[in-house]
Amino acid sequence: MIANLRLKTLLILVLSVFCSWQAMVQAAQADRSKTIRLATTTSTENSGLLRSLLPRFTSDTGYKVHVIAVGTGKALRMGRDGDVDVVLVHAPAAENKFVASGYGKQRHPVMYNDFVILGPANDPAAIASASNAADALRRIANQSAIFVSRGDDSGTHKKERGLWKSAQLKPKGSWYREAGQGMGKVIQIADELRGYTIADRGTWIAYSNKTKLKLLFQGDSVLHNPYGIIAVNPGRYPDLNHTGAEALIKWMTSEAGQRLIGDFKIAEFQLFTPSAHKVAGMSSTQ
Amino acid sequence: MENLLLTTQQALGLLLSGNSELWTIIGISFRVSCIAILIAVVPAVLTAFALSYARFTGRRLLISLFNTLLSIPAVVIGLTFYVLLSRQGPLGDLHLLFTQSAMIIGQIALCFPILVAMGHSAFQSADKRAWETARTLGAGPVYALLTVMREVRFGLLAALLAGFGRIIAEVGASMMLGGNILHYTRNIPTAIALETSKGEFAQGIALGLVLLLMAFVLNASLNYFQGKGQVVA
Repeated sequence: MIANLRLKTLLILVLSVFCSWQAMVQAAQADRSKTIRLATTTSTENSGLLRSLLPRFTSDTGYKVHVIAVGTGKALRMGRDGDVDVVLVHAPAAENKFVASGYGKQRHPVMYNDFVILGPANDPAAIASASNAADALRRIANQSAIFVSRGDDSGTHKKERGLWKSAQLKPKGSWYREAGQGMGKVIQIADELRGYTIADRGTWIAYSNKTKLKLLFQGDSVLHNPYGIIAVNPGRYPDLNHTGAEALIKWMTSEAGQRLIGDFKIAEFQLFTPSAHKVAGMSSTQ
Repeated sequence: MENLLLTTQQALGLLLSGNSELWTIIGISFRVSCIAILIAVVPAVLTAFALSYARFTGRRLLISLFNTLLSIPAVVIGLTFYVLLSRQGPLGDLHLLFTQSAMIIGQIALCFPILVAMGHSAFQSADKRAWETARTLGAGPVYALLTVMREVRFGLLAALLAGFGRIIAEVGASMMLGGNILHYTRNIPTAIALETSKGEFAQGIALGLVLLLMAFVLNASLNYFQGKGQVVA
């Protein structure tokens, strides 16, 4: 009796699991050719840029874009693993390596802005008068003023580590806090702790009216922040939506796309400068 | 304090004005979690029943296993299925990562142990004679199972609500498996996480209010049904 029931139970169990699995797989694969998966950095998403651009792209081409906003390191990792079709990131050295190792097809410059150093209004480490970015960091370290690092291998974090290196310092100690969070969150943390942090200008502008932090240092050419878009290599993953990825790249670097990027403003501030049509090599400051 | 009041006020405004963005997120949350619990509930109840009524080796081990799984963190479920569903993983060819289906799978895995463990204790509380009586009176196994289920319906309902409560409010697995994609895999918890990181507290609080309200409605209805059961029985 019980044995009989157990057999039926097992049968129903296996069947229902199988059916629901099939349904889910089908649902997920139904419109894959019409959707593009874009792994990108928190700065393009949190600043609102993509939300203003992508609806236009969708109405122009019919593709829907699924944006997964993570740090640059993670985004490149997703591209390497073939979990996304295309990446839009900001760490030229890592991007070039990504392409050179055969994971990406080609890096297309899209736009740039720059990094800025933020801190509390009273500026205890007096970085506002620093002669360059490395000097600013050195002053923060000398004062042991609180510095909040992204700590998440994002483009901003890579840049920050590069800056510490060029200042010949190894940040360590209770003043150096690794948050492991996105740009917006790190600005909030730095604000609460009355510490310093490095942010891309786009996110800074988007947050400037939500924080008491002040922009204290900017303008050093090492703070240049170029963004590139790369389609994941179709040779490696032939079944990715490569046509869609190419369409997105073409649109982002087209005149119309570039104009929209240049026109994107928050409170009259332009966040990104389009750069697809500049001479290649300009952006390779790293 | 003033800030909190103001954001709560804005949050209510957002909800009541029918902000379509907000309601899309709420819709996705309920859709995903409802599908997950509906898929999980039948095998879970059958498993719970088998654990209470059938005798087989490894039964006790299975029971402790499900009880252990009760406390597994959502991020661990998320990470496990991320690795499985990623292109580099064994199920990579299905292309499920960053889809609603991936979220559903994660949520099934999250609520299944709750349904089984709570369902098991519900079945255990039932009078074993209910099953025997039904069988002696000539009921088939399915009908007899339904009879027992009727006996313990409140326990099963509580299991269902607890399972639903866990998955509708969990952020770790949804974030990892869904990717927090706008209009697609952004649900209430991942949206709260994102809006908070963007400094948009009003949106976060509005969504939090929805979760709170839902928890209240679920618990109130459970209480109502239980109360009714007591009077009738």
